[in-house]
Amino acid sequence: MAENVTTETVDVRGLTLKVQQAGSGETILFLHGAGGSNWTGLLDRLATKYRVVLPEHPGFGRSPIPDWMMSTGDLALFYLDFMTALELEDVHLAGHSLGGWLAAEIAIRNTTRLRSVSLLAPAGIAVEDAPFGDVFLWNHEQSTRAQFHDQALAEKRLSVGPDLDVALQNKSAVARLAWNPRFSNPQLPFWLHRIDKPALLLWGKQDRVIPYACHVPYRKGIAHAQMETIDQCGHAIHNEKPAEAAAIMEKFLAGVKA
Amino acid sequence: MNIFFFHLMPYGDLDLSYSDKYDSAWVTLPNTYFDRSKGTAIYDRYIGELSLADELGFDGICVNEHHQTAYGLMPAPNLIAGALTRTTKKAKIAILGRALPLVNNPVAIAEEFAMLDQMSGGRIITGFVRGIGSEYFASGVDPTLSHARYYEAHDLILRAWTEPGPFRYHGRHYSFDYVNIWPRPVQLPHPPVWIPSQGSIETIEWCAAKERKYTYLQTFSPIELAQKNFDAYRACAEKAGYQAQASQLGWAIPTYVAETDEIARRELQPHIEAFFNKFLRFPIEMRMPPGYSSIASTKMLIERKYAVRASQQTIDSLGDLGMCIYGSAKTVREKLLHHQKKMGIGNLITMLQIATQPAEQTEKSMRLFAAEVAPYLRANAGAVAAAE
Repeated sequence: MAENVTTETVDVRGLTLKVQQAGSGETILFLHGAGGSNWTGLLDRLATKYRVVLPEHPGFGRSPIPDWMMSTGDLALFYLDFMTALELEDVHLAGHSLGGWLAAEIAIRNTTRLRSVSLLAPAGIAVEDAPFGDVFLWNHEQSTRAQFHDQALAEKRLSVGPDLDVALQNKSAVARLAWNPRFSNPQLPFWLHRIDKPALLLWGKQDRVIPYACHVPYRKGIAHAQMETIDQCGHAIHNEKPAEAAAIMEKFLAGVKA
Repeated sequence: MNIFFFHLMPYGDLDLSYSDKYDSAWVTLPNTYFDRSKGTAIYDRYIGELSLADELGFDGICVNEHHQTAYGLMPAPNLIAGALTRTTKKAKIAILGRALPLVNNPVAIAEEFAMLDQMSGGRIITGFVRGIGSEYFASGVDPTLSHARYYEAHDLILRAWTEPGPFRYHGRHYSFDYVNIWPRPVQLPHPPVWIPSQGSIETIEWCAAKERKYTYLQTFSPIELAQKNFDAYRACAEKAGYQAQASQLGWAIPTYVAETDEIARRELQPHIEAFFNKFLRFPIEMRMPPGYSSIASTKMLIERKYAVRASQQTIDSLGDLGMCIYGSAKTVREKLLHHQKKMGIGNLITMLQIATQPAEQTEKSMRLFAAEVAPYLRANAGAVAAAE
C-alpha cells in the first residue's frame, strides 16, 4: 500500500464506515468486491492522478450487518446517501466484482452525482452457460486460486493466512447480498438503460469467478459502454494486472467530458 | 423414562467409494448414486422397522428432515409420519424436526402438523430445527437469515395452533392477511415441541425459557458435550426460576445390541464407521455456510467439534467419545443406565438402524433391545427418579 493512503471513519446516517483515501483531483469512488476492502496496486496507480475513495461496505470488516441491509439495492441507496453526506459530486464510480454489481445498482437508481461508471468484472447478471464460481462452497485455497490466472500470484497470496474474524464477517455480508439469487439481480437487465453516463466494462479473459461471458448482457444493456478485455488475467484484475487496468481506466476517464 | 426409536432412513446401498471422487454425501454428490429401482423396497423396509418399534413397545418413533443427501431419504418427513399414523397404534410419532427457515410459508407447517395430530389421535411430537448448514445450499435460503426466520416462523406456528383464526400476521420475513388453519391440532395447548440440536447456549436458553420449557434433544455428539449442554439447560431453568424435569431432556445415540459384546462390535463396526466417515461427510464450508452461526460459534466448531467429525473415526474412537453404545444386552443396558443417571435425562432416543446396516441386524438389535434393555431401563431409571 502506498504511504499516502489515509484511513478515517465517516458517519453516514448513524452508521460508522471505514474509508481509505489517497490522491487529489477528480474523485474515483471505488467499491470493493466480496473479498473485502483492500487497497490494491490499481488504486495506487489511479491515486497518482485522481482522488481515490475506498469505503468498506457496511457489514464488512469488523462491523455487523445493518438491519436494513437485505440486498444490493439497499446498499445502493446507502451509497447515494454516502455521496450526499460526503458532498461528493462529479464522481467517477467504479467497482469490482460484487462492487461492480453494486455500482450498476447505484447507477440505475440515480446518476446525478456521477460523471462516469466503471464496472470491473461485475457480478449481478447470471448467464446460463457461464455459471459464477461457488465462492461460498470453495475453501480458502480454491477461492484464492480462482482469483488469479497466474497461479504464482495465488501462491504468494496463500502464503499469508487470512484474518479469520474478518474473513467470516465478510462472507456473511456477501451472503446477505448475494446468496439468493446467487450474485445476481434478475431485474437488473431491465434497468441498465438508465445508466446515462459514460461507462466502461473491463474483464479478465480467464476470469473463473465471474466468467468473461457475463459481459454480454451488460454490453447489451448499456449500449454506449466501452468494453475492454485483459488477456492472461483472472478475476482479480486489480491485483493481477494493475498497470494494464490502470492504463485502460485512465484512458477511459481522460476521454470523459466534464 | 421414555424410550424412542429414531430412524434416519439412510441410503444404505450407497457406494462408499464415492469419497474417492466427491468430498461429501450431501448436496454435491450426484444423485446418479441413487438406484431408482431400489427406493420402493427401502421405504417398505424402513417404514416396517418404525412400525415394528411400535409393536415392540417403544414409547415413540422418530423421523427427521434432510435434503439432497444419502444420509437420509426424508426430505419430507411428514409424508413418512402420515404413513406411520396408519401403521402404528400406540407409539408417539416424533418429527424431529421440520426445518422452519427453509420454507417460505410456515403456516403450511402448522397445517401439516395439525393434520398429523388429528390423524394420529394426538400422538405427534413436533420438532423445530433450522436445518444443518448444507440445507442452505440445497434450499437457496440465505443462511444469514436462518435464526431470524426460525424464531419468526416458530412464533407464527404457535399462534396458528393456539389462537382462533382468522388473524393477521405481518412480520419481517413472513406476511399473511389470513391465518386460519383447518384442521386445528387435537393436543392442548398444542402438540409438544422438541428441539433437536448440537447445542449452542442461545438455543438451550431459548428452549429452557419458562414460557416454553421445550424438550431439548442432544443429537450425535460426544458425551462430554451432551453432559455439558444438559447441565446448561438445568442452569438456565434454575435462573428462570424453576427446576427442569428429566422429561425436558433427551439424548439421541446410535445403539446396537447383539448376542455378545464381541458379536456386537464385529457387526456394528462397518456401519458405524460408514455413518460418521461417509454419511456425515462434508467440507466445513458446506457444514457452516456464512452467517449460519455467530463468528464465535463458527470458529469454535472449526477448531473443536468439527475436528471430531472430519477426522477418520473408528468404532473405538467413537466408543471413547461416547458417540455410540453397543454390546450384549447386559452391557448396553448398564452403559445406558449409567449415562442416563449421570445426565439426568428422561428421554432416550435410540438409533438402532445405522447407515449401511442390513435389515436382519437391525431387527435383531431392535428385538434384543425391546426385550432385554428397555424393561431394565424403565425399572431402574424409574427408581432413580422416585428417589430424587
